[in-house]
Amino acid sequence: MKDDPEMSLSITGARVIDPYRGFDAIEEVHVHGGRILAVGHAPTDFEPERRIDGRGLVVAPGLVDLAARLREPGFEYKATLESEMHAAVAGGITSLVCPPDTDPPLDEPGLIEMLKHRARSLALTNLYPLGALTMGLAGEDLTEMAELSEAGCVGFSQASKPIVDTQVLLRAMLYANTHGFTAWLQPQDPFLGRGGVAHNGAVATRLGLPGIPVLTETVALHTIFELMRSTGCRVHLCRLSSAAGIELVRQAKAAGLPLTADVAVHHLHLIDVDIGYFDTHCRVDPPFRSQRDRDAIRAGLLDGTIDAICSDHTPVAEDAKLLPFGEAEPGTTGLELLLPLALKWAAEEGVGLAKALALLTTAPARIAGIEAGEVSGLAPGAVADLCVFDPEVPWVVDDDSLLSQGKDTPYHGRELVGRALMTVVGGRVVYERAAGDPRRRPRRPA
Amino acid sequence: MKNLQVGEDGKLKHLLTLEGLSREMIHRILDNAASFLNVSDRDVKKVPLLRGRSVFNLFFENSTRTRTTFEIAATRLSADIVNLNITTSSASKGESLLDTIDNLAAMAADIFVVRHGQSGAPHLIASHVQDGLHVINAGDGRHAHPTQGLLDMYTIRHFKGDFTQLRVAIVGDVLHSRVARSDIHALTTLGVPEVRVIGPLTLLPGGLDQMGVSVYTDMKKGLKDVDVVIMLRLQNERMRGALLPSPQEYFKTYGLTAEKLAVARPDAIVMHPGPMNRGVEIDSSVADGAQSVILKQVTFGIAVRMAVMSMLAAS
Repeated sequence: MKDDPEMSLSITGARVIDPYRGFDAIEEVHVHGGRILAVGHAPTDFEPERRIDGRGLVVAPGLVDLAARLREPGFEYKATLESEMHAAVAGGITSLVCPPDTDPPLDEPGLIEMLKHRARSLALTNLYPLGALTMGLAGEDLTEMAELSEAGCVGFSQASKPIVDTQVLLRAMLYANTHGFTAWLQPQDPFLGRGGVAHNGAVATRLGLPGIPVLTETVALHTIFELMRSTGCRVHLCRLSSAAGIELVRQAKAAGLPLTADVAVHHLHLIDVDIGYFDTHCRVDPPFRSQRDRDAIRAGLLDGTIDAICSDHTPVAEDAKLLPFGEAEPGTTGLELLLPLALKWAAEEGVGLAKALALLTTAPARIAGIEAGEVSGLAPGAVADLCVFDPEVPWVVDDDSLLSQGKDTPYHGRELVGRALMTVVGGRVVYERAAGDPRRRPRRPA
Repeated sequence: MKNLQVGEDGKLKHLLTLEGLSREMIHRILDNAASFLNVSDRDVKKVPLLRGRSVFNLFFENSTRTRTTFEIAATRLSADIVNLNITTSSASKGESLLDTIDNLAAMAADIFVVRHGQSGAPHLIASHVQDGLHVINAGDGRHAHPTQGLLDMYTIRHFKGDFTQLRVAIVGDVLHSRVARSDIHALTTLGVPEVRVIGPLTLLPGGLDQMGVSVYTDMKKGLKDVDVVIMLRLQNERMRGALLPSPQEYFKTYGLTAEKLAVARPDAIVMHPGPMNRGVEIDSSVADGAQSVILKQVTFGIAVRMAVMSMLAAS
């Protein structure tokens, strides 16, 4: 970490939500020496260097994002570790899991060490890379998973490049399970969606866009479940997109398979209809599907079939979207929209803040296996990774003012509610929204 | 997303798709086309409506026939016409689509006639160009071919009059057909009560029922009592990729023969956007038979394209 010391800090008057302990009350939070000193009254001799009036705000553990493409190494023209980590902390995120689809892919320990070193010297968020499941993500040869794990990988993934050869997938899962590692798999049959660019449904048919059928997801899920039964390998399913897929996951979980699943936050809101007339901002992978699918995703989150919400942050160069829909690069920016879009979902579904925050903090932390030691969240002694946000401030998304180098979002010009004001990592204030920022609403008189 | 095609004054700004055009607007275009039909019969086949205007034919995908019909239409309106075959120029040098468009727009074009292999490319271009420059979609990917759709409607109106009493069948490769999509939008907008699509399941995309059509896989059932048969062109490459086994089997099951046509109404007309594959999707005896209006479609096509260009760019 950088040399600037952790600050001692007291936040008073805020609603403190700690999904790790099921704690939700207006309380004081005190931070000292990089750790939580107390929630509630501070020790009598505690004199913080900084006091923050938290009235109207929420203090929660920092968000954990299970899917953030940071584009290093290899795609620095799209984004850099530095730009994206700034974006992450501006979004209240303190821990990032990054997929291995860089150039070269994250398939050898040296790359992981380099990435971890870069992250340490930037000292913004915690970084947890996923290693490649196969060399070069080519789906042929296994990576040195044990070495990669030692270097800091928290799981193994093919990102969006499914393994074509099922024998290789079987062996990769057997080998991962040998060491107790989790395979992070995006359920995608490599053939059924070939050439497709949008959900195979009425919208794609109307627009003449080649379709990606739901079968792409369900056929892959059946394969994964059979291989799980045979190998015993734990699997985390990345980016579920369809009602049929979610139903299969529900059944598989009920049958006891060691399984977790996430969904990208945009899929809670957008559907194929939002493509309108070829809006390339809505070209994503997996595709936005029908309203029925979106409803099933929302239901899956409520009943626990889906465990966590991630940003699926994918910075794309602007030029790569100024193309006909079928040629545009899939992906959208997510780090700075994760919290407000999750809050939007919670508000629309009548889900409490505490439950919504659990899907962004505890649940993803458990999936990634990164709960820090014995104490976590806001318990005294836990590492002070905090997100302080205003749950009610409205703001208009302006792609130019996003810190991410990936500016592309279907939400440009739209109003969202809720925004991070301060982010603390290891007791250090790594982000603070400038006081003059018009989006920083004046406090209501208490 | 806002409608790019129709301005706030209700005037046509671009012609990108027939989806969302009002019945009244479609009839207005067809009425205009009717008034241009006799221009082709004159000694001097020209009217001065687009004198001094420049029409750029931008064909990112080759099509001599469609390009020629636009060229003739523009010439008869006295416009200057520039043909650009972009597959062989800038695109192969790595220039981006919108850079190409910016360069051409700077040459003071009034109308871009765009054909592109990607669905939606004309929308992208229309949303990018400055006001006063009009885009006509001459076929984009599988999405739309609105002037073909309009000339098909012109043909049906010419021979059948009232749309609201008709059964229309569209036969063949609907999956890859921009003509089918434009026809479906136009027919449903114009109030045709029964639009049928007929083809093998490998060539019918999902979600067709939501476009207001009924789906048939048995050609004889599908053609029963129809007033209009629109045959679609079948590309040879459909024999690959496990879509169809052979042209012979396709002809046997979905080729239009006199025998199959006999189940349609006796006065049914047979249409085809061209170019035809005789012996694959249509038998010569039908293509050249009394019920075929295929060559009339070509004639009407010039008038329809004149109507669209003049509505977009005449002062």
